[in-house]
Amino acid sequence: MAESVLKLKINGFVRRVAVSDQETLLEVLRYTLGLTGSKQGCDKGDCGACTVLVDGEPVLACLSLAKRNADKEILTIEGLSGPEGPHAVQDAFDNAGAMQCGFCQPGMILSAAALLERDPEPDDEAIRHALSGNLCRCTGYTRIFTAVRQAAGIEADRKGVDPRPAPAPPVDPKLP
Amino acid sequence: MSDKKKRDQGGADIVKGKASPIHGVDLPGGDVIGRPLRKADGLDKATGLALYTDDIQFPDMLHAKILRSPLPHARIKSIDYSEALAMDGVVDVMVGSELPIPYCVIPWTRDETALCTDKVRFIGDGVAAVAAVDEATAIEACKRIKVDYEALKPILTIEAAKQPPEDEAIHVGNRRGNQHKYVDLSFGDLDAGFRHSTSIAHDDYYFHGTTHAPIEPHCAIGKPEPGGQLCIISATQVPHYLQRELARVLGMAQQNIRVIQPALGGAFGGKSEPFDLEFVVAHLARKTGRPVKCLYTREEVFYSHRGRHPMAMNFKVGLDDEGKIQAVRSKIDLDGGAYSSFGLVTTYYAGQLLTGPYDFASYGFTSTRYYTNKPCCGPKRGHGSVQPRFAFECALDEAAAGLGLDPMTVRERNTMPRVATTVNGMRVQSNGFLACLQAARKASGWDEKWGKLPRGRGIGVAGSMYISGTNYPVYPNEMPQSGVTVQLDRSGRALVLCGASDIGQGSDSMFTYIVAEELGIEPGHVRIVSSDTDLTPVDLGAYSSRITFMAGNACIDACRRLRKLLLEAAATALGQSAKRLRLAGGYAVAVDDTAVSLPMQEVFRLAEAENGTLSASGWYNTPLLGGEYRGGTIGSSPAYSFTCHVAEVDIDLETGELRVPKVWVAHDCGRALNPVIVEGQMEGSTYMGAAELMMEDQDFYPADHAAPGLHLGPSLLDYPIPTSSEVPEFEALIIESLDPEGPYGAKEAGEGPLHSTIPAIANAIHDAVGIRLKTLPITAAKIWRALQETH
Repeated sequence: MAESVLKLKINGFVRRVAVSDQETLLEVLRYTLGLTGSKQGCDKGDCGACTVLVDGEPVLACLSLAKRNADKEILTIEGLSGPEGPHAVQDAFDNAGAMQCGFCQPGMILSAAALLERDPEPDDEAIRHALSGNLCRCTGYTRIFTAVRQAAGIEADRKGVDPRPAPAPPVDPKLP
Repeated sequence: MSDKKKRDQGGADIVKGKASPIHGVDLPGGDVIGRPLRKADGLDKATGLALYTDDIQFPDMLHAKILRSPLPHARIKSIDYSEALAMDGVVDVMVGSELPIPYCVIPWTRDETALCTDKVRFIGDGVAAVAAVDEATAIEACKRIKVDYEALKPILTIEAAKQPPEDEAIHVGNRRGNQHKYVDLSFGDLDAGFRHSTSIAHDDYYFHGTTHAPIEPHCAIGKPEPGGQLCIISATQVPHYLQRELARVLGMAQQNIRVIQPALGGAFGGKSEPFDLEFVVAHLARKTGRPVKCLYTREEVFYSHRGRHPMAMNFKVGLDDEGKIQAVRSKIDLDGGAYSSFGLVTTYYAGQLLTGPYDFASYGFTSTRYYTNKPCCGPKRGHGSVQPRFAFECALDEAAAGLGLDPMTVRERNTMPRVATTVNGMRVQSNGFLACLQAARKASGWDEKWGKLPRGRGIGVAGSMYISGTNYPVYPNEMPQSGVTVQLDRSGRALVLCGASDIGQGSDSMFTYIVAEELGIEPGHVRIVSSDTDLTPVDLGAYSSRITFMAGNACIDACRRLRKLLLEAAATALGQSAKRLRLAGGYAVAVDDTAVSLPMQEVFRLAEAENGTLSASGWYNTPLLGGEYRGGTIGSSPAYSFTCHVAEVDIDLETGELRVPKVWVAHDCGRALNPVIVEGQMEGSTYMGAAELMMEDQDFYPADHAAPGLHLGPSLLDYPIPTSSEVPEFEALIIESLDPEGPYGAKEAGEGPLHSTIPAIANAIHDAVGIRLKTLPITAAKIWRALQETH
């Protein structure tokens, strides 16, 4: 089997990895680079848990050969949040209670982020359509739709939800 | 959504005056409990940081693959793995004879071995396993193992399983041929009940097979540790039972086996017993001295199954002149697949869990489970009672129609009392079913819709009841069903240790809320360590909707011990009576003067100085429950949840295409500790039920096919689960009946809200087009055919 050294631009950084011809992008991300946020649910393009953004578009990493992604901009769930904290979509998913087992969420969140990039105020039909390649088995999607609407600012946050992370414990200088 | 929440405050009356040994009865102010807080692990999962089993790597780790049977029923004559073992990169190979001790999650029905020893019983049964330097090598090595089979006639249907076996029984030596379990129970005077009935519905129904299809495939890692210990990291929802069965089968001391369950990517009952890969990685790790990982393919997930049993059901329901249920009689045959799994319990549940939410005085069921040469069935969300609930609720509508009664009215009229003992001896102490019916009736606009929508559109209702944990653990013992240890840290943090499995339902979050409520600290200052058998007190696992009720009570128990010490310390420091203090929002504060307060961190330190290191364990065990007859404990639970679904359907009269625009689900969860999580469980359950009715079908090629016993399509494309485009709209209506023994009154919410989805949609189809479809799934083709026949 042929092997080559590949330059992949992942989450803003160029990574050089040795890949064989038949290795998928998902295998390289998960097992070579340790970016395990992208999940493998079926390994045949049915579930969408492996979704990453390639040049801003959702791509099934389990069906994409690694070597075909040379010189492209790849964004995984790990790259979506930064030093300033979680991305608005990640925060909205947490806030709306869209998360149960969480296994489909990295792919789902990236699909939602890509949707909001190209359509900042999607209607319900557009949301349903954009996420239809990402299977969720826990939620019935209801709260996922809410999360996307919240991230887009179309729907207000549920009242009474605590901001996260919680404030640090009060420090009393008198304490030993 | 919380403004939509319907409260059934009337339920509190049953609490009054009852002294219970359980702390749940006294309700705190609800600083945390009852609020829509975020989950403890939400951001970890949203940012991709949460580690699931396959995300974990160890140095020098090997990869295992299991060679699976291509035949549904055959004797193994010989296995030659010499060529595989000689391959470059192959480290070891194992076969069934190396681990011949049989296992089963239910200790009375151990009929399965890690890998097959003498015969294979379904396509996909494990025969040998390879450990290699990488997965590709292991797959290639499996292809080079030569297995010589002697094919036997496969038994693929219930009808075939009832006949004397042509070649041999699936389990040779089983004295009832291919019959696995038979239960026949009867309560009250059935003959008199049917004599007093003026409208009797009597029909055959069939519930097909469906599977869990969690998005995370099963995965396990075995890791040898110094001193002859073995660590198994697995995507399991029952670490404790897995530890026990691993020890037995591997012939090791239980204390030398550590089971860790990392973040889990969905389970729904599909990971609630030991699976072959766990034994395989444990044994191969022990043999090779290296960590070994095995990850199922999606196809293997479909074949490992343990999902919903297909059931052929005959139901007879009799109503008197006033629409009161007089008698219910069922005969149910279960298609169990190749092994036992939880099947003994399933066989009972198929009858035992039908005696609510309606009150009736005579009831009988005959339930028989058969072995067939197909993947083994087991517990799927709503274990055992989802199938008969479909038949019962359809039959109830049929019988009500005979009297010209509105389906909503007949259900209201038959609702059991708030406090009751069912005909088969189940103790019910809280019951919000009537409030569920009323909430769903109002929200759905039932009165304006039922019988009044244009042809093709319809509305239907159904009800159900489900257990909050089972009274008895799967192995008999007198120890607690759940234990929780809470440690307090002088930094101001609390650490919770519990064996309970968070499988996405939110049990870790539940501990967070309880500790924050009880000890007055911020939820963000509670740390959870769960489901690690080395570190946590035993909890029996995530099954039977038991964790909130049992581990929740255990957690309150632990917290109340610590709370007492904290209140004493704060009282001394503030010069107040402990009774005049509250612990809330990070402070101990005087109730009548909020200026008098102390940060909890300081209270922790004072209490630690006074009492030593702060830690307490709490536990929960069920009271003695259940009817005085053989099997009377199966299905007995400390509390029962109640559900009502109303569904609307829209049928294309030309094509038979079924759309379900909206489903209302009203669920009595006792008390919603976090309404967002409860609503999430209600919506997820309803989604799963709707999918089972509309599209899902775990089925296999028949005996006369070229490949009998082969799965019709073991992929997430061929086994369709609803996408975001197809899913109905849901409206969740929380009903709180405040159970006197539940933690803060809480009962289950994870499984109950699935049951009545299915008959509610089936009844809505009847309202829409006047046809009664009794065989699931209800596809467009079936509706179209029925529409042609009625023309």
